[in-house]
Amino acid sequence: MVEPLLSVEGISHRFGGLLAVDAASLWAPAGSITSLIGPNGAGKTTLFAVISGFLKPTAGRVRYGGEDVTGEPPHRLARRGMARTFQITKPFAGLSVRDNILIGAHLRHPARADALAVAETVARDVGLGELLDRPAHTMTAAARKRLELARALATEPKLLLLDEVLAGLNPSEIREVVPVIRALAGRGLAVVMIEHVMQAVMSLSAHVFVLAEGRIIAEGSPAHVTADPAVVEAYLGHGAAAKVGAHDVH
Amino acid sequence: MKGFLLIAIVVAAFAAVPLVVHSNVTLNFLVVALLIALAGQGWNVLGGYGGQYSFGHAAFFGTGAYVTAVLQMRYGVNAWIGFAAGIAAGSAVGAIVGTLAFRAGLRSSYFALVTLAFAEVLRILASVAPITGAGVGMLIKLDLRAQSFQFQSRALFYLVILALVAVALVTAQMLERSRFGAWLIAVRENEDAAMALGVDAFSIKLGAMVLSAAITAAAGGFYAQYFLFVDAGIAYGTWISIEALLTPVIGGVGTVFGPLVGALAAKSLGEGAKLVTGDVPGLDLMIYGAMLVLVIRFVPHGIVGAFADVSDRIKRRVLAARAPAREAVHG
Repeated sequence: MVEPLLSVEGISHRFGGLLAVDAASLWAPAGSITSLIGPNGAGKTTLFAVISGFLKPTAGRVRYGGEDVTGEPPHRLARRGMARTFQITKPFAGLSVRDNILIGAHLRHPARADALAVAETVARDVGLGELLDRPAHTMTAAARKRLELARALATEPKLLLLDEVLAGLNPSEIREVVPVIRALAGRGLAVVMIEHVMQAVMSLSAHVFVLAEGRIIAEGSPAHVTADPAVVEAYLGHGAAAKVGAHDVH
Repeated sequence: MKGFLLIAIVVAAFAAVPLVVHSNVTLNFLVVALLIALAGQGWNVLGGYGGQYSFGHAAFFGTGAYVTAVLQMRYGVNAWIGFAAGIAAGSAVGAIVGTLAFRAGLRSSYFALVTLAFAEVLRILASVAPITGAGVGMLIKLDLRAQSFQFQSRALFYLVILALVAVALVTAQMLERSRFGAWLIAVRENEDAAMALGVDAFSIKLGAMVLSAAITAAAGGFYAQYFLFVDAGIAYGTWISIEALLTPVIGGVGTVFGPLVGALAAKSLGEGAKLVTGDVPGLDLMIYGAMLVLVIRFVPHGIVGAFADVSDRIKRRVLAARAPAREAVHG
């Protein structure tokens, strides 16, 4: 079997006395959308931070493109083709939308003219074409999420880590962004998304990993994991699976 | 291209001044203002574009000044070569301070304090080390020949400092148009986001620090040649750290012309006050203080920044006025 583009093997990360991620493993193949779901505080964002080099894991390995990249700094991983968005958006607030995306585009295009052209194309792809000259700090939350996505895409990644890009968007905004994400996988990118919007997880992902209290407690197709009693309990509390099951019978 | 053209026009206008003005007092005023503008442009590269507020640019200014002076007086090196060596030495100090501070992950006020500490350590060393003339300072021998970087006429000194400022302006303009500059600004705006986009924040900050130090060291070297005297309080004193920081803040941080505009504004006010009140010691500093308060209160982006803000507002209003029209067409 061909090794998936990203494979995370037994990652643990400890913050002092708190084991935020506990021997978590997952993988993500190219051309496919993989979701990472789990209750709040499960360690999803911490796991993303480890994968993208912002945190060094206490144990475990991150393999990317067949190489061990554990502990490499974020900028080097970005050069290898790994891009991420931030759950709490981090726009370059003082810059225009165009200049924000330009920073990402510069990674592969040293010349300003080339990078600007790429930035404009990417902006149009994610629906920011009309806002190119707007200062980033004047944008709505929804537009900032798109800007995160646009900046990451401008680096021309092979692997895209999306941390709740749909959170805070209204249903019609979600309906606009979902096809954009689907198209990325169609272009051959490996997409890993942390997401709470289950409607999007169900419709987009080929494979889902469920993280709870730092551990991967289930994985499989979206239908499979949402039917898993352990997953239901992780979200709704101990004994919930039995109650939900009983309710279904009646 | 527009930016470079504007620089050319401004520099040409300054270059024409000695044709009209022959007063040594005025030329001296302009030389000092340009000298401060140069030191401030150095600060602006790191602080304005990179967001790393140094409080110790005296470390680079002083190294430029001392190396220029010491090489001439102790080792008989040609002044121009000494000047170049001063710039190189200032850059080296920048590289050392930058490596230590940025490796340690120092940001904002911690970075400011560490740069201040470096400048103070150098000041104390220079005030006791025999090679720098210790507390007495160091006089550069009068030798009014161009090959000794000394000129009979103030106008020539003025043209030399103007040329240095022109180089610094072009450097800032190139920064705004280059990938290095874009990445430097990205680091200023949000370091984590920049790193996620492939920006090696450490190298970018270090590069900016070296460039910044080189420009400010050039100002120091010129100071030595112009006043022919250097001591620890002048070279490594906090006065120059403050002036290098204040001029861009007043003129507009992270703008090409900010330091030049700020230096002219601050120096004019300082000199103006001296004319009115006589040479009261410390009065210029009080005026700087008052000016800083006014700038932060009323034009937080500096003088150049204020103009940019106004033009942005007009642009946005024009865009807003146009937007409904476009929608009407689509509808």
